Order: sequence, then structure tokens, then C-alpha cells
Amino acid sequence: MSEFKQTFNSSLGKKLIMALTGLFLCTFLIVHLGGNLLLFRNDDGFGFNLYANFLTHFPPIEVIAYLLYLSILVHALYALILTIKNRKSRPVSYATVNKSPATWSSKNMGLLGSILFLFIVIHMSDFWFAYKYSHKIVYKEYRTDLATDKTTSVAYNPVTPDFEKSVSVENNVEIVRVKDLHARVANSFSNLLYVIFYVIAMFAVSFHLLHGFQSAFRTLGWVHRKYTPIVYSIGTWLFAVIIPIGFAAMPVVYYLQSTGK
Amino acid sequence: MSTGNMNLTLKVWRQKNANIKGAFVTYKAEGISPDMSFLEMLDVVNESLIHKGEEPIHFDHDCREGICGMCSLYINGHPHGPKNAITTCQLHMRTFHDGEIIVIEPWRAAAFPVVKDLAVDRSAFDRIQQAGGFVSVNTGVTVDANEIPIPKVIADEAFNSATCIGCGACVAACKNASAMLFVSAKVTQLGMLPQGQPERYSRVQAMVAQMDAEGFGNCTNTGACEAECPKEIKMTNISRMNNDYFSAKLFREEATHDHAGGE
Amino acid sequence: MTLDAKIPKGPLAEKWSKHKFDLKLVNPANKRKYDVIVVGTGLAGGAAAASLAELGYNVKAFCFQDSPRRAHSIAAQGGINAAKNYQNDGDSVYRLFYDTIKGGDYRAREGNVYRLAEVSVNIIDQCVAQGVPFAREYGGLLDNRSFGGSQVSRTFYARGQTGQQLLLGAYSALNRQIHLGKVKMYTRTEMLDVVTIEGHAKGIVTRNLINGAIETHSGHAVLLATGGYGNVFYLSTNAMGSNVTAAWRAHKRGAFFANPCYTQIHPTCIPVTGDHQSKLTLMSESLRNDGRVWAPKTKEIAEKLRKKEITAAQVKEDDRDYFLERKYPSFGNLVPRDVASRNAKEMVDDGRGVGGSGIAVFLDFADAINRLGKDAVAAKYGNLFDMYYQITDEDPYSQPMRIYPAVHYTMGGLWVDYNLSTNVPGLYALGECNFSDHGANRLGASALMQGLADGYFVIPYTLGDYLATIGPKPVDVKHPAFEKTKQDVLAYINKLLALKGTKTVDEYHRELGLIMWEYCGMARTEAGLTKAKGLISALRADFWKNAIVLGDNEEVNSSLEKAGRVADFLELGELMVDDALARRESCGGHFRLESQTPEGEALRDDEHFAYVAAWEYKGDNQPEVLNKEVLDFEFVHLTQRSYK
Repeated sequence: MSEFKQTFNSSLGKKLIMALTGLFLCTFLIVHLGGNLLLFRNDDGFGFNLYANFLTHFPPIEVIAYLLYLSILVHALYALILTIKNRKSRPVSYATVNKSPATWSSKNMGLLGSILFLFIVIHMSDFWFAYKYSHKIVYKEYRTDLATDKTTSVAYNPVTPDFEKSVSVENNVEIVRVKDLHARVANSFSNLLYVIFYVIAMFAVSFHLLHGFQSAFRTLGWVHRKYTPIVYSIGTWLFAVIIPIGFAAMPVVYYLQSTGK
Repeated sequence: MSTGNMNLTLKVWRQKNANIKGAFVTYKAEGISPDMSFLEMLDVVNESLIHKGEEPIHFDHDCREGICGMCSLYINGHPHGPKNAITTCQLHMRTFHDGEIIVIEPWRAAAFPVVKDLAVDRSAFDRIQQAGGFVSVNTGVTVDANEIPIPKVIADEAFNSATCIGCGACVAACKNASAMLFVSAKVTQLGMLPQGQPERYSRVQAMVAQMDAEGFGNCTNTGACEAECPKEIKMTNISRMNNDYFSAKLFREEATHDHAGGE
Repeated sequence: MTLDAKIPKGPLAEKWSKHKFDLKLVNPANKRKYDVIVVGTGLAGGAAAASLAELGYNVKAFCFQDSPRRAHSIAAQGGINAAKNYQNDGDSVYRLFYDTIKGGDYRAREGNVYRLAEVSVNIIDQCVAQGVPFAREYGGLLDNRSFGGSQVSRTFYARGQTGQQLLLGAYSALNRQIHLGKVKMYTRTEMLDVVTIEGHAKGIVTRNLINGAIETHSGHAVLLATGGYGNVFYLSTNAMGSNVTAAWRAHKRGAFFANPCYTQIHPTCIPVTGDHQSKLTLMSESLRNDGRVWAPKTKEIAEKLRKKEITAAQVKEDDRDYFLERKYPSFGNLVPRDVASRNAKEMVDDGRGVGGSGIAVFLDFADAINRLGKDAVAAKYGNLFDMYYQITDEDPYSQPMRIYPAVHYTMGGLWVDYNLSTNVPGLYALGECNFSDHGANRLGASALMQGLADGYFVIPYTLGDYLATIGPKPVDVKHPAFEKTKQDVLAYINKLLALKGTKTVDEYHRELGLIMWEYCGMARTEAGLTKAKGLISALRADFWKNAIVLGDNEEVNSSLEKAGRVADFLELGELMVDDALARRESCGGHFRLESQTPEGEALRDDEHFAYVAAWEYKGDNQPEVLNKEVLDFEFVHLTQRSYK
């Protein structure tokens, strides 16, 4: 066992932890973006709210979710430990600015990561925590006429505050009652400052992953003349362009919609 | 034989020894020829200092042809100055322009304490090599050299890693003062060659352990080391080292941490 | 005094095997009772320290640099010879032996040179086993290139960094022994004297270059592997720190200095650009495999080139004199170094030199680039071309290199017998530090060979014989000789520190260099040498009056370090001149204008000068005494060297 301890206490071991947690968080981003695209469905949040409910009530996903939270904490903690160690490695700094060519993002992972951490805390307390542990979220009732497949929605007031979800069929109409996270999303994204904060955070995601994704592969030692260029283009196009744009589009679109109303 | 006509202002870190605080001192370098090497320019300044009875600026240097790895100046924000793939001794004054202000600092790293002025103690590098940067073979082997054929591409790759001169520019350039490029170059050179296989996994563990003990920082893959390395050692060495290290630590039963070197 | 070289009797090919058998052995259990001091950690010193530690001796190794890896062996570019005959081109141990003896102009010992050729094959095996990445062919086997003075391809190489790779191999072997606790390494430590007790070397006195501490170290034997003394010329291809101090102080303690006038002037170096020049950079001899050396046929064309009215490319084929190819059709551009250097000098003296100063000839790769393509040329010599470009700002792919000879290697050194022992028992000299194997001229790619041969394959055997003879009794560190020698060193340092004159040590050094280059360089005369002797003597006297030495002993003090080294060069310089004066013949690197063939080649006088000149120190400002070791040639026939 001490062998493992020694391994993860070594400089390379700590980097390994950073790389593995980082890549795990990257895979989560894909899933998260995929799910959140439901926000763009014009169904008054029906799909999105069901999805939110599913995520918080399906045990395997709950396990993975806790793993994810742990990863975030470990990733941040190790980043902090490594940063402190790295600072100590150069107690007297240079008088001149280091001009050695290196990408801006690679030199500012700590700053980017801190922005992201702040973002995650706010993001999670506003949505995840509010959804799970507070009673701030209102409810909605969706009625789908099974003959015409038309859905209408109205606000719903549950009998007990612990109500989560119910599905029933009456008169060929499917009635789904569920927490209306969508409403909170729409409400939050109508605040301009909030939207700006989100967009900035997505820039941070972009630059963090522009370096982080390929760096994780380097750290793991997975470099190869043939495959490394593929890793680079995935890191650049998927993680630093498509995913941040996808996420940033949500607050922007909702904000624009809110101003249009 | 002409002396030149460049005039420069130097801001040089002066520090009497490891225990006394240092500071920048400004000097004029006058009549500098563009054909001079950077160190020859410092020679000229030093000669004039000696004539004035002032202590010359101390800096490490020896071969002055870019191979011994002794020279080590941090010039205007770059280890070995602004040009790529050369050491300070190969940097010529034609790279600078008349009237330029040049800031000269020692390598900065906890593991490289200042000896005097611009010279630093790089014995940490030696200790890392002593921990495992060798093939345990005694003098007097009887295997004919050609009995170990090595594909040319492998030999060339190993050579590329072996060209490291141990100057420490990688550490100086790295924002984390990490020595991983240096360590990985030796790990990779020996790890690629058949001669280095028997100790491949114990070597990497021993060298990384010593590297950590010396107080170098961690790699964050910024690539500054690769960009500033006078011998253009590639960052892929670091990945190779990581790979060997993780296999050794996590998957190989036989690889122990103890690298005895075999007697 | 008669000097016994202790060459074993018997057939050439059996001498070394027989000798190894005859040497006494130290019992394995007793080896750990012996301490051995090794000064210098280049190829010879590093290899010796590692090999002796492997055998079980306790080794203390010293170097003045910050790491053993910085020793100037690292700068050797071209390669290392070995009689492997991998190319099937007719090489053999005997041929390497013969080429080396002939290349040295018949001024080396047959026995030594044969042994060198014999162990050359083991060196390659050893280095490959250590992981030295030599150049390879596509089949995975080792590649070879040709070098001057031979007609076979026997040079193993690692691009243009062979010395570096070999040194890093020896350094890794040394590191392993440091790790195992068998070698105690002292870096940034300079040896300043040898301690002798009852005529035997028993230790050294060193100065710690960080804090100035003067320390004594004891050992059952002292091995000097401190390199050559080329820096006596100030400008040379040596490193700035290369010095003669260790060897010279040993000389002053009784070790004979042999053939000091044998200096190798390397033909292909980058020419001097100005007074500021601090050192000269070699362009590997391997370049002469593909580069063609030429000068313009006439002074007029040379003049136009110097004034940059025309470029080298504009000089028509007919107006070019490929003088080495013309004069030496069978060896062409690959004649030995001394021959190539003298011919370049001849061109310059004839007013046909090129470059701004007119002190250079061309080394042209246009043909090779046409024949092989730029990429192939870059693969072979890329790093050298880059280096040339960095220094001169001229692109050698598009215009010929300018080259001129520069001091590169010193064949002379401490006199040693076949066992590498100096005449002081217990004091050994290895590598360039000794005089033994290269005669009056060293062939390319032989320095690395000799350094490693001495360190890996000779001293581990021969030292045992001496140690077995003296027995493992611990050295008496309380012996007054240690304290006495230490006090001598301190007194000398204080004498240097008292110099508060008007001229810097570098100024003296530069001046000495100019005298040596002018009068004791590529061409020497009775009158010139006599004049030089006076000049050096006066310069030395002036040094001890007017030099500036700043600072204190108890600190990092480069001023003091340099002063000590230059003071020794000032004494050595005079001895070199004495030796050059006494040797009234030309041979290899020693060219006396009075002694040349009608074609201008070095003319030996075997009847009077087939000896090793071993100089004996007799005290400050006393003339040194010449002892002669007559060279017996049993196996080769002495002829006028011809490379035509």
C-alpha cells in the first residue's frame, strides 16, 4: 500500500491524478452538454425537467455524479498543492518577464481553473443545490394528449414540499408533474450580469481545455506520432470550441428570448 | 582587427555568495563588436572592471563552443538569450542593437542556489544522474559491439535524447522550475536502447525520486523547456518518462524502487 | 639519468598480453584497503575512476568544473578510431598501429602504440554496452567514416558529438560508482600540488573553488588525467578552463615533462575575427571527407575576395587551387593534420589567403551538396554547419567555409613508462596529460581512443602492479609532508594575491599566446625561438611585478584561479621553446624551417633525434635538464612520411 502512497505523492503521481480527473471531467462535459441541449427544445422545459429529474433519481448516475464532485475537488486540491510546490521551486523570481515561448493558456491554468472553480460553485448552488436541497424550485404540470401528442403546461402546487415527480394517465391524457428547473434556468438567464459571468466562464473552459486536454495525454505518456495530432484536434475543436460555444449559447439565447418578450 | 562600435547598458545580478543578498548593478559595455560572443562581451567588461580594481562579474563558462553546458545566463527573459537552439557562448552580439539594455540574471530555481553573481550550483543534476542514469555494466565486457544491432531510427532517436548538455536551461525557462526535460532525456535515451532495458523500470523510479527530492517543480506541459533547450530536446521525452514511470509503479511487479546499480 | 620505458620484450602482438600476465595482482579483498586519487574527469580520468572503483579500490575524483560531465573531452567532434574492420576494407590492429606510428612521424613508442591499437576494439564494445548511441546503418550495425592519415574507414562516430557521447558514457559509469559509494567526487576543486613521501606520490593539495579551502587528500597512488596544455597559446580549441597546472606542479615535484614542443595545430578551425577573441572553434576533421580545401590560384583573385568584390562562387574552377588534392593525390584532403595545416599557412604566407583578414582558406562543400544533396550533407554535418553559421553569420550550405589552423592538441605531456607511471613512483598520467602514444603528431579520432584506452583498459591493470608492490598499509596522513606541501601552496597563493599591479592576468596570457604562436607555432626557427625565450622570460618577470590579482582566497575568485594557471603557462612556455630549440629536426607538429625536404615536408633526423625528450625540473629559474629516452624501432622501418 505504501508503494501506492509513494507513487501518488511523487511529482508524476500528482500529475497523473490531475490528468485522470481532468479527463474524467472532460467526458462529463460531453454528457452535460448533450443533456442540456434539451433547453433548446421548444417544449416549455418538459424534456429538460424530466432529464433533470432522471439525473437526480437514477442510482447509477447518482454514483457517477458523486464521483464527479469528488473529481472536481481532487482536481482543484491537487492543482493547489502543485501550484504551491511549483512556487516554492523558484523562491526568487526573475526580474525580467519570462519570454520563453509557451501558450498563454498553458501558463495560466491556475487562473483559468480558479475562474472555473468559482463558476462551478455558483452554478451548482444555483441549480444543483437549489434543485436537490431547497424548496426554491417551483413545479409544473405537463399534460400530453396521447391522441394528438400535444402538450400543454401549467404551474403546479404540490401537496407536500417533498414532492418530486408523478406520472399518471387520465382520459387518454398523460399528466406529468415535476420540478420546474427550466423556469429557474430561464429566470437566471434573463439577468444580464449572470449571462456575462457564464460567457466568461465558458471562455475559461475553452482555454483551460485547449491546454488541459492534450496536456493530460502528454502526462499520461500517451504520445504517438500518429495519434497525438488527433488528440490535439479533438482538444482544440471539440473541447475548446464546440463545447464552450454550446454551453455559452444557452444563457445567450435565453437572455435574448427574455428581452424579446 | 577592429574593435566594434556598439554601446550597451548591462543590468547584471551581483551576489557575493549564496548567503548574501544580491542586487542588480548597471554597467556600460562600450566599443563592442558585433562579432563578439556574448561571453566575450562580458570579458571586455570584466577587463575594464579589473583595471578599475573592481571585482569582475562571475559567470560559469568553459568550452565556449556550445557543448560543455557550463554557461548559463538568463538574458532579457530567455535562458541563453533570445536565439533558438544555442547556448550563451554561441550567442553573438550581432543579435543585439546598439544602445540596447540587456538584463542578465542567473538561473532561478530553489534547486540551483546561486554560487556567486551569475553562477549557480547545478549539482542536483549530477545527483539525479547518480541515482540511476547509467547502464550497470563493468569495464571489460566481451560482447562485440555489432552483436547488439539497433535499428537506425531507434539509435537516432536515442541520440536526440542523449544530446542533452545538462545546462539547466529547461529548469530556468520553466515557470515551475521543473527538471523533467533533463531527467526524461536520460531516461528516454537508455530506455529506448536494448542496453538500457534490464534497468529501464528501476532507473526511471530512482531518477524521478531523486528529482523530487531536489526540490524541482512539476511539469505542466507549457513547452517552454523544449522551446529554450539549446539542443532541441523534445517534450515527448517527458511523456515517455511518465509512461515508463507509471508502468513501473502501477503495473510491473518486478520493478522495485531500489536501483542498486548492481555490484 | 636513464629512463626505462619498461616495454615488455617479445613480439609486438604479444607484449601486452604477456605484460598483463606478468603484472602483480591485488587480492580482491585487499583492494578496498587502497585509496586512489584521480584528478580530472574527462575520458581518461572518468574512465579510470569508474573502472578502478568497479575493481574495488576507493577512488577520490577531482575536477575544477561544476560537474565531471563538463570536462573538455566533451567537445571532441569527429570520432574514435578502432581496428574493428567492420567495413571489410583491410583494416587490422597492425594497420591502425602502423598508421598511428607513421602519422606520429616515428616519434612514438612501438609497444605503446600497438597496445593502443589492440585495445581500441574493446573500447567500442565497452561504449556500446554503456548505451553510447553511435551512428548506425539501416541494418542496425555500426557505421564508420574516414579520417585523416588513413586509407580505411575505421572511425566510429555519433554525429559531430562523439566526444560528448563517449564522455557521457564514462560519466554514467562514474555516476554509478559514486552512487555505490566507491567514488567520492569533488567538483569545483582544483589540484595545486602533489604530496610526495620518500619519493612516492601519496596525495595532493587542492583548493576548493567555492570557499578557497586548501585541503590535503591522501592516496596510495595519484592519477593525473588533466588534459593538455594548448591554452599556453591563449587562443586554442581548448576550453577556457583547460590548464597545465596539475601537470606542471607535478613536474615541479619531480615528474619529467616529455616533448613539450609537440603541438598539434588543427587545420580546420574558424578563423580569428578580432582582438576580443577568447577561443577558437574547431570544425571537425570529418568535414574533410566531403569538403574540398582550396585557395585562389593568384594573389589578385585573393585580393578581390578579401575586398568582397567577388564571392567564392564566382571564382572559376580553373582559378582555384585545390592544393591538398594537387600535392597529395593519394590522400588528397585527408592528409594528416600537420601536413594540412602547414599547407594552409603556406597559402596565406603566399598572399592567397581569403576572408576579411586574409588569414584563411576555403573548405568547400558545393561538390558534396551536388553529389549527395543538401539533406544528406546536413544529416552528416548539420550541427557543425549550424555552429559555423552561429559564429560567422555565413551559411556554409551556400558559400564555402573559411578555415584556418588553430592550436588543438598537445602530444607532449608528463613522461610515462609503459605502465603510464611517471618517473615519480605512484604518480600516473593518463590521456592527453601524458606524452605517450601520438609521437610528434596525433591522427584524427585518436585522442578519444587513447584517453579511453588509458582509463578503461590500461591503468586498471598496471596500477595494480604498483599497489601490490607497496602493500595496503594506510597512507600516513600525519606525515609532515602533507602540512609542508599545504603551506607551500598557501604561500604561493599569498604571493599571487599580493600582486596589485597594472596589467590583467588575461593581458599577460594573451601576450604569451602571441609569442608562442609567432615563434613556437606552425613554423619554428633557431632565431625565432631564441628570441621567444627572452620574451617569455621577460614577460614572466613582469607578471610577478605588474599583474593584478584581486580579491581574497576565501571566496570564489576567478582572478586568482586564472593567475595561478597563467603563472604556470609562463613557465611551461619557456620549456616548450627550450624543447623546440633542442630538437633541431622537423617532425610532425614540430616544424623547424631549417629542416625540410626540397618539397617543403618535415625532414626528420632519425640519427640524432629519435628520442623522447624528458625534461627534468631543477628549481625556480634554473635551466631544466634534458633526459633522453631513445626510441627503438624493432618492427617498423623508418621512412620519410609520404601522403602523395
